[in-house]
Amino acid sequence: MVKLTIDGEVYDVPAGLTVLQASEIAGKEIPRFCYHERLAIAGNCRMCLVEVEKSPKPVASCAWPIAEGMVVKTQSEMTKRARHGVMEFLLINHPLDCPICDQGGECDLQDQAMAYGMGASRFEELKRAVPEKDFGPLVKTFMTRCIHCTRCVRFLDDVAGVEELGAVNRGEKTEIATYVERSLSSELSGNIVDLCPVGALTSKPYAFAARPWELTKTESVDVLDAVGAAIRVDARGPQVLRVLPRLNEDVNEEWISDKTRFACDGLLRQRLDVPMVRDDGRLRPASWVEAFGRIADRLKGAPGERIAALAGDLVDAESTYLLRRLLDALGSPHRDCRQDGAALDPSCRAGYVFNTTIAGIEAADACLLIGTDPRREAPVLNARLRKRWLAGRFPVVAVGDVGTPTLAVETLGAGPRTLQDLLDGKLPFARVLKDAKAPMMILGMGALARPDGAHVLHAARTLAEAAGMVREGWNGFNVLHTAAGRVGALDAGFVPDAGGRDTMGILQGAGDGSIAVVILHGADEIDTRRLGSAFVVYIGHHGDRGAHRADVILPGAAYTEKDAIYVNTEGRAQIGRRAAFPPGEARADWAIVRALSEALGHTLPFDDLAAVRRGLAGLGGAFAAIGTVVPAAWGAFGRAGAMAEASFVSPIAEFYMTDPISRASPTMAQCIAARAGSAKATGTHG
Amino acid sequence: MLADRDRIFTNLYGDGDWRLAGAQGRGDWDGTKDLVLKGREWIVEQVKASDLRGRGGAGFPAGLKWSFMPRASPDGRPSYLVINADESEPGTCKDRDIMRNDPHKLVEGALIAGVGMGAHTGYIYIRGEFYREAERLNAAIDEAYVAGLIGKNACGSGYDFDLYVHRGAGAYICGEETGLLESLEGNKGQPRLKPPFPATAGLYGCPTTVTNVETVAVVPTILRRGAAWFAALGRPKNTGTKLFCISGHVNTPCNVEEEMGIPLKELIERHAGGVRGGWDNLLAIIPGGSSVPLIPRSICDTVLMDFDSLREVRSGLGTAAVIVMDKSTDIVKAIARLAHFYKHESCGQCTPCREGCGWLMRIMDRMAVGDAHAAEIDMLEDISRRIEGHTICALGDAAAWPVQGLIRHFRPELERRIAAFQAARSVAAE
Repeated sequence: MVKLTIDGEVYDVPAGLTVLQASEIAGKEIPRFCYHERLAIAGNCRMCLVEVEKSPKPVASCAWPIAEGMVVKTQSEMTKRARHGVMEFLLINHPLDCPICDQGGECDLQDQAMAYGMGASRFEELKRAVPEKDFGPLVKTFMTRCIHCTRCVRFLDDVAGVEELGAVNRGEKTEIATYVERSLSSELSGNIVDLCPVGALTSKPYAFAARPWELTKTESVDVLDAVGAAIRVDARGPQVLRVLPRLNEDVNEEWISDKTRFACDGLLRQRLDVPMVRDDGRLRPASWVEAFGRIADRLKGAPGERIAALAGDLVDAESTYLLRRLLDALGSPHRDCRQDGAALDPSCRAGYVFNTTIAGIEAADACLLIGTDPRREAPVLNARLRKRWLAGRFPVVAVGDVGTPTLAVETLGAGPRTLQDLLDGKLPFARVLKDAKAPMMILGMGALARPDGAHVLHAARTLAEAAGMVREGWNGFNVLHTAAGRVGALDAGFVPDAGGRDTMGILQGAGDGSIAVVILHGADEIDTRRLGSAFVVYIGHHGDRGAHRADVILPGAAYTEKDAIYVNTEGRAQIGRRAAFPPGEARADWAIVRALSEALGHTLPFDDLAAVRRGLAGLGGAFAAIGTVVPAAWGAFGRAGAMAEASFVSPIAEFYMTDPISRASPTMAQCIAARAGSAKATGTHG
Repeated sequence: MLADRDRIFTNLYGDGDWRLAGAQGRGDWDGTKDLVLKGREWIVEQVKASDLRGRGGAGFPAGLKWSFMPRASPDGRPSYLVINADESEPGTCKDRDIMRNDPHKLVEGALIAGVGMGAHTGYIYIRGEFYREAERLNAAIDEAYVAGLIGKNACGSGYDFDLYVHRGAGAYICGEETGLLESLEGNKGQPRLKPPFPATAGLYGCPTTVTNVETVAVVPTILRRGAAWFAALGRPKNTGTKLFCISGHVNTPCNVEEEMGIPLKELIERHAGGVRGGWDNLLAIIPGGSSVPLIPRSICDTVLMDFDSLREVRSGLGTAAVIVMDKSTDIVKAIARLAHFYKHESCGQCTPCREGCGWLMRIMDRMAVGDAHAAEIDMLEDISRRIEGHTICALGDAAAWPVQGLIRHFRPELERRIAAFQAARSVAAE
């Protein structure tokens, strides 16, 4: 601990802090623009200057290390004068166009100018103007407003790992730019909008849409990948206008991916807002009563073994749990939540979650990626991997396609053969794993969603055990999911019961007629042609593949429209909250299943959401400990057997469109178009 | 006046041969092995005893600076010597002539300084425009390698020392020591925050000392002739000889080596042929390169040319680039021109300098023609004070000082122009 005086009071603070951090502990606010807790210190805005005794000049508190006996004056005349000066300099070339600036109302420059500025300007010269830049469809620029804090540059360099922004030119001609004008390629690029303390970088899709004080802000979790990033959903009336990150040190720190942030306009399009039934091959709107009646008629007399259900990628735990209970009541053992056919073994939880935890990555010292491209599958988790890698001494190798990683990854081989070689100790990296104190592996769906997935899973488990990845206090075996609903559904037991069919079996049964009724619970990632002549009930929120095939559509709620539990890839149950009401007659999914059970004469004993959650909590595990990760017991999983030759390929072919919401999003479509365009015409193509 | 026997730079004007043979004939590389063998502590002690102050402008005691370098490297990081040959201060041309005409003084000095800091590698960061100088420097280094004076087992002393020349691209800010290190590493030349100081984490994060060409070049002679000899020249704390670069309105502009503390008037009259039109025609002098405040004739009459004397008159020795301006000078326009320079050379990294230098320049442009209000003189001063001391590096200070000097000594001239401009405008309005 270090003893220092701040504004006349003595404080004991931990050694190694900066003056700014110490002042924050002391409860003294120090204005700043360039400083950000999660970025490298730049010290260039000079807003945080404070007087430190024995220093003839005010010091940049964001970078100045504290020392024993230091006397800091955050309110002295020298400090105030420095702040006034810097604020005046920042404002002389700032356009002061707050009335037409999207940052208005949540602008650091506005707030700090109010608090620390002089109130009047002495500048009578002409202001600088800077040409706009084209950063692509997500980030709108208004570079005249830029105060050159370089937060965006440092974020892309350090966190996102793509060196795409920099300061070009010199002096007052300095501009933040991509070197050759082009779209940003990072999946995390939207975070620079949040980081920008002024209105230079704003959200393009949200441009001129609303003022912050008009919005209702709801804290929720993201479902567009399996990370479960903490988000804040900003809505005006029924419309979600934007999604922002929330702080969650354990999961996303304060970053979210561009899909999480910008796909929300997909919530307004392709929505199922009224129940529908198919008559003569055409879907028509119907009432809930009629839709339920149609299902009841079709199910009447159908034996349980001819009924099946598939759960999709975005499903919440409550409705999945209820649907499982309903199938139990109907006597059907056929259900699966692994619509991609991933060979996840529900019998051992440690075999299907990210045991190390995302924050735990920072404690690892070697990493093996198997059939996963973390940058596209989970950009935020990838940022954590990069953070660990930047800290040094973190060899990362891959088996299978890793795309274009943002950290140094050595690819050992393409597929199972390499995995086998590792198992046999034939590769030098086997030694590295053995010598590592906290080795980890990340097993992606690219390795599991394939016919020999169970064998791959077995091989990976064997390797994890052989390499000492699993021991007291450390579990380096990790499965990286791509579906937000998957772990929750597995935890809720939405897997084939004894004698039940899995996804492939259900599709086969539907095709050959042995399954007569299939309930698709938001399942859109299957080949619907294989459903044959089965009667298909679709519960979901978007008119995507599943709905197109459905005979009856029960319109559900998207993740922003219901209170629901999702379990992320770590096995962390988190609560999403309703930010807007479902459109039209759509209802929360759990309520639909509950109502359906009543219509089918098997009324489930859950009358409100709290009752469902009590039921879930009764299952134990994550549902009994919301928000935390309960370590899963190690056990046997996977099935020994010969692996095929085929390479591991990540399931995410297109990052920007992975689910019904992002597929309906015009912004995501623009991202794809922009990338295709920029690939065609770079600066060297004339 | 400096006696010829006390001169260090005996080939400053290129009269003799700049190559190794010529340099050795002038006494360079004489007994260097012994100097190296006397070891690191001895070298630093001698430099400290000589009271040599850094010749780059700030005048920091050289021996003290060298002594900041770590004794031993616990983590295996090497130490680096970086020689700042990015001589870009307007008015300054001393390092250029050293490298052009006496490069072996620098090469030998680099070896000695390397030993004094425990550095086995030295980099000379030379201004890009100094193309011919870089050629000569490289040739001198090659000669020294061939002669076994540097490289493995330098001078047969058992000490390994490698020296490299790196050409800059001509940015003023790359003469700032941490901006130089950034540039040397291949990054954009933007000064770093201090602390950490280069002696702790400099080039590639390793202990580094950045030092001026002239400082390094005088050290071998100091060691050979003794610290006491050097310390006896000049005044206490302002010892030794110094290269002065005299330019502007003098009859014979020149570079000259003189004793520290020589009266400014004597320096100009003796070496530069006096002020054009006589001493009475003198208006003002910028005594230490464009960054330091000017001093009017009244001060020039008596001031001594060393760090402390010039500081007492609120100017500075800087690089000892004496810019003489006679009464034909438009002094406001001259300072406005300097404001243009600093606006152009500001790296743009930190706010006060990036925004303030342009503001200063624009006001100075108006002041030059009188298009301003009298109250703006105080505002101009205030703005310059809000830049000074608030920036990452000293460029902000350097931009502010000339303006402050102008206001301090030529305020009536500024007021006269403003009044004249306003009078002319009111006539035009009638």
